[in-house]
Formats: sequence, structure tokens, C-alpha cells
Amino acid sequence: MMLIRLAWKNVWRSHYRSLVVITAITLGVWAGIFLYGFFFGMFEQRMRDVIENETSHIQIHQQHYRDDYDVHLYISDGPKILEKLKADSAVKAATGRILSMGMIASPATGTGVKINGVDPVEEEKVTKLAEKIKEGGYFSENLRTPIIISQKTAEKLKVKLHSKIVLTFQAANGEITSGAFRVIGIFHSDNTAYDQGNVFIRRDELKTMLGDSIDFHEIAVLLRDQSLMEASEKRYQAAWPGLMVESWRDIVPEIAVIVDMFDQLMSIFMLIIMLSLAFGIINTMLMAIMERTREIGMLMAIGMNKTKIFFMIAYETVYLALIGGPTGLLLGYLTIQFFSRRGIDLASFSKALAGYGISNMVYPKMEAHNYYNILLEVILVAMFASIYPAYKALKLNPVDAIRKI
Amino acid sequence: MRVIETHNLNKVYDEMVIPVKAVDNVTLNVEQGEFTAIVGPSGSGKTTLLNIIGGLDHPTSGTVKIEDSEISAMSSNKLIDFRLNNIGFIFQAYNLIPVLTARENVEFIMLLQNKPRKERDARVKELMDAVGLSDKMDNRPSELSGGQQQRVAVARALASKPKFILADEPTANLDSHSAENLLDIMLKLNQEENITFIFSTHDQRVIDRARRVVTLTDGRVVSDVTKS
Ligand SMILES: Nc1ncnc2c1ncn2[C@@H]1O[C@H](COP(=O)(O)OP(=O)(O)OP(=O)(O)O)[C@@H](O)[C@H]1O
Ligand SMILES: [Mg+2]
Repeated sequence: MMLIRLAWKNVWRSHYRSLVVITAITLGVWAGIFLYGFFFGMFEQRMRDVIENETSHIQIHQQHYRDDYDVHLYISDGPKILEKLKADSAVKAATGRILSMGMIASPATGTGVKINGVDPVEEEKVTKLAEKIKEGGYFSENLRTPIIISQKTAEKLKVKLHSKIVLTFQAANGEITSGAFRVIGIFHSDNTAYDQGNVFIRRDELKTMLGDSIDFHEIAVLLRDQSLMEASEKRYQAAWPGLMVESWRDIVPEIAVIVDMFDQLMSIFMLIIMLSLAFGIINTMLMAIMERTREIGMLMAIGMNKTKIFFMIAYETVYLALIGGPTGLLLGYLTIQFFSRRGIDLASFSKALAGYGISNMVYPKMEAHNYYNILLEVILVAMFASIYPAYKALKLNPVDAIRKI
Repeated sequence: MRVIETHNLNKVYDEMVIPVKAVDNVTLNVEQGEFTAIVGPSGSGKTTLLNIIGGLDHPTSGTVKIEDSEISAMSSNKLIDFRLNNIGFIFQAYNLIPVLTARENVEFIMLLQNKPRKERDARVKELMDAVGLSDKMDNRPSELSGGQQQRVAVARALASKPKFILADEPTANLDSHSAENLLDIMLKLNQEENITFIFSTHDQRVIDRARRVVTLTDGRVVSDVTKS
């Protein structure tokens, strides 16, 4: 008790120095939390975007279809399987697509794209394509041969809404087929690569052009919840062993890796912050002990034993960390709370980030267990940092210390 | 009653290079109630001798007995507890913990001894009265004069109820008035409470008031005079 009070008073002895260390700890923890929350929010959003806008939770293809998108590798029982999936309780929405790799051309220029033949009603439920349309409309008009392209593609082709463009691709019989389409909608998502690579037309029109025998190349399944994914994937694979059932993790492994490694990466990052703080604390405490050599020598001389000296110094160190740590934690919490509602606008970086599929607005996010982990780390660092200075104080010899007078 | 008994004490520094005999074959006894000054020129070994008697330093050879305990044989950890309960120290300076008030400084040593609160409070009052500082209880050392700080140090040294008090040049940093005053208090405590004091000094006026004067030269006792 007495030692705790004495240590507390000693902390404020050179309050300038103590405040500097406490501030350093506060800022360190704060910055750590903010960065953690920022990247966590960013990656989680990216993951959600990928699932909700692009891949869905699960995709089903014919074996080897994804190797080189051979038009003949369609799912033979496509519509039947789709009906079964729609009836599954885990499924929120599902759709079948007919796909073709081809060229899109305007009078100005042309480029390669994946032509998605979609069912307008189903597709809207699965990827919210309609919501991403910035100009024009969705497949609602009763116009023939409508196409939806991205802003990026429109810019590249130098076309506008209602412009005519030509799609060219190989039909099932091997012949090159072309068709004229009219741009009825221009969409924009946060993922440049996705925008540049995909155009959307009606499934039945693509089917007619490819050849009537062709059926779905792809069935995309949006589940009610991410947590249902692994079990559902297994069930579907068991139900249709001849097909390839994959989750978004298989389809965009680079994002799965980021999500998986994020926690570890951030722990290492926090550890580095914490270690540098620990050395700051240790340095300060060693200075404090050096200044107090005579006093500590005097205390040993009059009969303060080593355990008590050790704890007096250790408590002092722990105080520094335990004032700065929770303050930083609180500031971090408030910052995250504030920005998680308001979002952080990365407009100035948005071009570069969009290339990675990251949106302009980042909503930082932390989970309760992340805060506990950081608090735990601060406590561990405090204990770690307290040992060496306290040990150093014990090594003082009272006779030598006092003679320094 | 005999409080301190040393036998053939030697302390040699720098044994490998040029050996310095800081204490040379000192055999010295101190009885309960003495008021003894250790004097001698600078470097004569006063501090070294007091440190060994106080269990702060180990002799190279020879023995020190405090009442029935032979402290020259104790480990330094054991010595810390022995010092706490048996010896009162007053140093030349830096006696007090600067972040604690006078009261807390005196109380501190009793906290180390785990004395109950009631006893601590009573004793702090009594001792602060005895050194004439009952009105400075709640001042920190930096708010006290050098002389007042040394008087608090006397109170602190007495608080643990030690068998004797060792003071290494307690007046060295004080002006002559404060030095007189401190010595008055020490003498009064010696006469009224029969407290044993052993102190080193350079100051002739202090030497004049000691009842026994032990003179060291080059670590040896060259005279030992007790006034009647
Ligand atoms: N740690 C040490 N290492 C080596 N020599 C030492 C050490 N401490 C003291 N000495 C030497 O021992 C001798 C006695 O020193 P001591 O400090 O005991 O003298 P003193 O009588 O207290 O002197 P002063 O009046 O200046 O305080 C001196 O020659 C001193 O140089
Ligand atoms: Mg000396």
C-alpha cells in the first residue's frame, strides 16, 4: 500500500518527463488502434463488397470451366439445380449465368470483356447490379439487345448512353458471331478491374447467339450468412459431385489471404509499437533511477529491503504504462466510434485504391476482443518494462550510492 | 551495557593495485548511553568505520558485534532487516524522501517495520515535538531549511527505536547556528532518553561537546578520550 502511494508520488516527481512518456504511450496505443480499425474496416468492407457485388458466397461451374472458359463446359442440368438451390433454406438468392469471352467494340476502339448473360430479376437479387447503375436504367425497358457497361468501359470506348456497340465472340458451333447492342445503363463499382472486365446482357439473347444447346456456365449463390458458407459448400459438392462447387475464398484467394492474415499482421504491428513504447518506458525509468541513486542508496541503508525497492520501482513503471495505455485505448475507441459512423473519405487516393477494389469511404471498425487484446498487451508491456529498471535499482550498493554525495 | 563491540577491524581498498588501509586494526567498544565523536583528518577512515559498524559495509577482516549479533558474518539481505530494526542513520545530506512530507518521512521507517497505525501516529508526534518541528509536519523537505531537514532525519532515525544512532558528519552542511541547534537536540535526547549516539565530525565545536572522542589517523585509533 505504502509502496503504491510512494511510487505514485515518484511518478509525478518530474512530471514533465512522466507526461512525455505517458503521452508517447497514449499516442502509440491510439495510433495502433486507429490503424487496426482502419484496415480492419477497409478489408472487411472489401470482403463484403466482393461477396455482395461480385462473387457471391458460392459459385458452381462445370469441372475445368474456369481453366479457360470453354463455352461447351456448361452445367447440363443448370435450371433444375438452380431451382433446388433456391429452395434451400441457407440460400438468400441464386442465379444462373451464361458467359462468353469476347470483344466489345465502338467506332472508336475495342477491348476484351467477359460477357455476362444474366437473368435481370435474379441478378438484381444476387449482385445488386441495378443499384450500381449511375446513368440510364436497368433491363426494364422493352428494348431489344440492351447492354449494361461500366463507366470505365464507356470512357475507353468513347460511348455514351444509347450508343450502339458491337459484341463479337465465338458461338458454340465455332463460328465467330457478332451482334449490335444498345447501351441502356452505365454502372460503376469500386473495383476498377471488375468494371473493366464485365458487361451484362440478357441471358436469353446470349443463349440464342451462342446456340440453343448452351446452358448456364455459372450458378452464383448468395447465402443468408457468411457463417453458413463452409457447410453449404460441402453439401452442394456432395449433392452434385460432378460439378465444381467453390466459395469466394477459392475464387478470389488473394482476398481470403488478406482476411486470414490480417489479425496476425496487426498483432505483429501492435507488438512493434508496444516494444518501442516499452523501450521508451525503460529508458525513462533508468534515467529516473540514475537521478535517484543516492536516495535509493539511503533507503537501502535505513532498511528498505530489496523486494520493496523492486516493487517501488516496478509500480512506478507500471503506472506510466497504465495511465498512458487506457487513455490511448479510450481515445482510440472514441475515434473509431466517431469515424465508424461518419466514415473517412479517401477521395484523394481513390483512383489508386479503386484499382484494388477499395471504396472511397472507409468505415473503421474494431471488435470488443481487439480492445481486450490491446489492453492485455499494454499490461504485459508494462510488466515487461518494469522488470529491468527495478532489477537495475537492486544492483545499487548503498555504500557507493551514498558516497556519491 | 555494551552496544557495539569491534575486534581487530580491517578494511583494505584496492587490494590488487595500491592497497589502502582505510581501517587499520580497530578494536572499539561502545556502551549504552554514550555520546561519542569519531574525529580525524579527511581520509582517516571515519566514514568507512561507521559504515562497517552500521552494517552497510563488510570488513576485510575482524568482527563487529551489536549486542549479541555478529553482523560481520551476516549476508547483505539479512543486514538490511537488521539495520531497519537496530540502527538509526543520519547522513550528511539526502536523508529524506523528497516526495514525502516530514511526517511521512518519519512514519516511513515504521511502515517498513509494519508498525500499527496508532503507534506510528503517536510516535511521529512525539518525535517531531522532540526535535522541535511539530509545526512543520506537513512540509516537504524542499520547504525546510537544511537544519530542519537534519532534525527530521534525527526523528526518522529514532522512530524505529534503534539500539544506537550513527551519524556521519551530520552537521557538515549546516551553518554554525543550525549545527548548534542540532547538537543540542541530540544531546538532550542522549541525556533524557539515554539514546546512544556515535557520530563523525570535523567541527571543533561539536567535538567540544562530545563526551568521548575517538581520533583516527590513517585508519588507526590514535587516541580515545572520555571526559569525566
Ligand atoms: N570505495 C572506495 N574505494 C577505494 N578507496 C576508498 C573507498 N572508500 C574510501 N576509500 C579510501 O579509504 C580511506 C578512508 O576514507 P573515508 O571516506 O573513510 O575517510 P573519512 O575519514 O570519512 O574522510 P572525510 O573526512 O573526507 O569524510 C581514504 O583514503 C579513501 O580514499
Ligand atoms: Mg567521511
